[in-house]
Amino acid sequence: MTVTTNRSGISNRLLDLVPAAPSQQNRKEFTSDQEVRWCPGCGDYAILATVQGFLPELGVARENIVFVSGIGCSSRFPYYLQTYGMHSIHGRAPTIATGLATSRPDLSVWVVTGDGDALSIGGNHLLHALRRNVNVKILMFNNRIYGLTKGQYSPTSEVGKITKSTPFGSLDRPYNPVSLAIGAEATFVGRSIDSDRAHLTSVLRAAAEHPGTAFVEIFQNCNIFNDGAFEPLKDRSTKDDATLRLAHGEPLVFGAEGDKGVRRAPDGSLEVVSADDPGVLVHDAAATDPSQAFALSRITGDTHGVTPIGIFRNVDVPTYDEAFNKQISDARARQGEGDLMSLISGGETWTID
Amino acid sequence: MSEQVRERETRRLDRVVVRFAGDSGDGMQLTGEQFTSETATFGNDLSTLPDFPAEIRAPAGTPAGVSGFQLHFSDHDILTPGDAPDVLVAMNPAALKANLKDLPPGANLIVNTDSFTSGNLKKAGYATDPLTDGTVDPFVVHRVPLTSMTINAVHATDGGGGVNKKEAERAKNMFALGLMCWLYHRPTEGTVSFLEKKFGKRPEIAAANIAAFRAGFNYGETTESFTVTYEVAPARMKSGTYRRISGNLALSYGLIAAGELTGLQVYLGSYPITPASDILHELSKHKRFGVRTFQAEDEIAGIGAALGASFGGSLGVTTTSGPGVALKSETIGLAVSLELPLVIVDIQRGGPSTGLPTKTEQSDLLQAMFGRNGEAPVPIVAPRSPGDCFNAAVEAARLATKYRTPVFLLSDGYLANGSEPWLLPTREELPDLTVSFATEPNHTGTKGPEFWPYLRDPETLARPWAIPGTAGLEHRIGGIEKSDGQGNISYDPANHDRMVRLRAAKVAGIAGDIPSLEIEDPSGEARVLVLGWGSTYGPIAAGCRRVRAKGLKVAQAHLRHLNPFPANTGEILRSYDKVVIPEMNLGQLRMLIRAEYLVDAIGYNQVRGLPFKAAELAGVLEDVINQ
Repeated sequence: MTVTTNRSGISNRLLDLVPAAPSQQNRKEFTSDQEVRWCPGCGDYAILATVQGFLPELGVARENIVFVSGIGCSSRFPYYLQTYGMHSIHGRAPTIATGLATSRPDLSVWVVTGDGDALSIGGNHLLHALRRNVNVKILMFNNRIYGLTKGQYSPTSEVGKITKSTPFGSLDRPYNPVSLAIGAEATFVGRSIDSDRAHLTSVLRAAAEHPGTAFVEIFQNCNIFNDGAFEPLKDRSTKDDATLRLAHGEPLVFGAEGDKGVRRAPDGSLEVVSADDPGVLVHDAAATDPSQAFALSRITGDTHGVTPIGIFRNVDVPTYDEAFNKQISDARARQGEGDLMSLISGGETWTID
Repeated sequence: MSEQVRERETRRLDRVVVRFAGDSGDGMQLTGEQFTSETATFGNDLSTLPDFPAEIRAPAGTPAGVSGFQLHFSDHDILTPGDAPDVLVAMNPAALKANLKDLPPGANLIVNTDSFTSGNLKKAGYATDPLTDGTVDPFVVHRVPLTSMTINAVHATDGGGGVNKKEAERAKNMFALGLMCWLYHRPTEGTVSFLEKKFGKRPEIAAANIAAFRAGFNYGETTESFTVTYEVAPARMKSGTYRRISGNLALSYGLIAAGELTGLQVYLGSYPITPASDILHELSKHKRFGVRTFQAEDEIAGIGAALGASFGGSLGVTTTSGPGVALKSETIGLAVSLELPLVIVDIQRGGPSTGLPTKTEQSDLLQAMFGRNGEAPVPIVAPRSPGDCFNAAVEAARLATKYRTPVFLLSDGYLANGSEPWLLPTREELPDLTVSFATEPNHTGTKGPEFWPYLRDPETLARPWAIPGTAGLEHRIGGIEKSDGQGNISYDPANHDRMVRLRAAKVAGIAGDIPSLEIEDPSGEARVLVLGWGSTYGPIAAGCRRVRAKGLKVAQAHLRHLNPFPANTGEILRSYDKVVIPEMNLGQLRMLIRAEYLVDAIGYNQVRGLPFKAAELAGVLEDVINQ
């Protein structure tokens, strides 16, 4: 593999196997000639713009980047990027990305998926991608609704959601995607918001710097079928009190006045207290044990009146890809390259004249 | 006693069928395999049929838990594992009960009398002892106290200090093997060294097994029970170097060979399933060939990973059986739409649903042909014998890479686990399948050079394979319909009609790139043709030989390619008065043949989980010929 040099900013031991861009790239070079066809006002536009703006920062050759998606509104994403891409089938993008990433360490592989694609039909694949720690970056747009099939409730919709398929209210309890990912022992788990370009870029950058699977939940507004789902986190008058911005090594404090903090309650869960409480915790995304990251994920707008965003967990452990390819190189180092004819004539043979 | 040995008759036979049967835990597969190995080394032609329950340890002593291994060996070329055993080794009453119906009168029956206790008789469902109530009277019965003789032999060798009684008893299968090796004049050196190697870390166990093996051999020499021994001379086979090979092993080697011949890295995405798992096991050993094996979380992820690897320029392969194909269907459709190479190996077993996991069947042909939404044609290749699985795998990879398409490779449980001598190919005999990726733009647009991912090769109709990492050819593909040539999303009605027809024409065009269907008819005057596919080749050919031996005329043709059929298929079918199609399903090839060629073929169909018997097919063919 070509080890690249000269790449600005983002680096990790796996990303360094991907060839560098020959020169500084710009956003336009990552924009395909395809007409974007999401509904006007969709949060996907903002995410696309942020990703197109971010990709030059990766510093890797455009042709070595691949976006793989499943099915749903978000899954149209690859068409709009001038990289390699595959718009696959419902829920299966992590499987395809796994085959691609593990067979081609010289690629930077990204998955774009939605709450239905990743958590409903593709739930099993997501869990296994996360536990394996394959070197793929999974961007899950969560709008808490099915958009492309025109407005049924999704696995992240709140209980009692009135939709076309649930005129009397939905019955299922929703998944908390961050809890799910941490439960699956994902090595990188982040959350951001479609409209907060600076924050989303910072999470994407951290995800790219992470060797292994990165799971990023992006709150995304569906202005047609679930408008305003994340409004308290976006509205200027409420967002500071409704959002806990996680920063590694910094105290867990928030609020318009910076007057609220998070500490551990006697039962082990986390609770919101005054910022000057001596028990206010410092955020440690790199903690090997996922317990505190999980406890943080249980803080939600519904239960605590505040939603954490940022990086919950970011630990560097061996990746599947490295071990997978090392078995190949080790076998070759030990036994040499395989010889086909001696393989097939192995075992007991006999010759007839 | 020594005089009797001298007087003992040695009879020359041209072929023999032996069957070992015992409890699942009795080591019958190992015993059969080892007897086969000695037989192969001796130079006989052979064919084997393992038959074991789906349960790992079914209730001991019951007919449900009986495991069997049948071997047919001969001094001439043979085609099947044999219809009926000439000798049955029954290690317990259940094995006797489960197998006695297959034994023709006069055949040799070797029974382990130690196991015929009242408890075991009851478990086997015998109200009275079949060894004394007349049940076994039609056979030449050899009553051998196998268990006690084994224990005595083992403890006599190690002085009682090597292994305990239970471990000694477990060596009784080697006693049976030793006795059979004596009876059929098999060499023994291979077994001794095999046991030394197998139990290398437990030398006392190796010693016990070798002692039991030798005791069995010597027992034959000294007992009065056997008045005849048998010789089967080596077969006169085509010159060259041979090895014994099972279908799944040959298929695994074929895939590794395909990687080398195409110049691509083999990437297997798979989920364990009987009877396909052995291919995953085998390929996972060969990392020095650059073969990557990924055991996925489910069948869908297995094929997804394989397809992802294909997108990246690997030879993507997935291995499964019928139920797994059902789960993979949507991804196969995606591969049809993406037009990427992919080899889908289906080791067919009894269905529907879980069906008969360890038994063979040919009932996935229509699933392979049609089991997807939309018009989604997929080429289908089928091997005809265990060794032929190698060639079929290479051919599947050739079609997949040349035509950028998923290809089905339809083997089955009989081929997978059966074995035969295999004439090793030489490197020069293997085809060059070098694949070239697209490296340059292939179209000039208004703004200059462009890459059109669906601009086809005019001859093969294959699209270019441009892999990520190739600068300037960045493109997006997906399951949504694409515009002809350019490959952008297109919902245009006329374009969809054109793309559907193009994909169909691409697969249909393969007919011009495969060998013609060949006829085997020594008389040249047959009016009845028997047509088959897949693993029925051996039984059909053996059936035809029997028919011809009676002076009747019959022609045989066997399909390697099921989609598309060879170009001359219709012409051949129409040149016979009658066409008979035997299949281990309810008439799936027959349905395709009738639909495609309007030929009113006659079906002969069985789904018993076992291959056809040559005698049975001969009877069917004679009836049709004489009608």
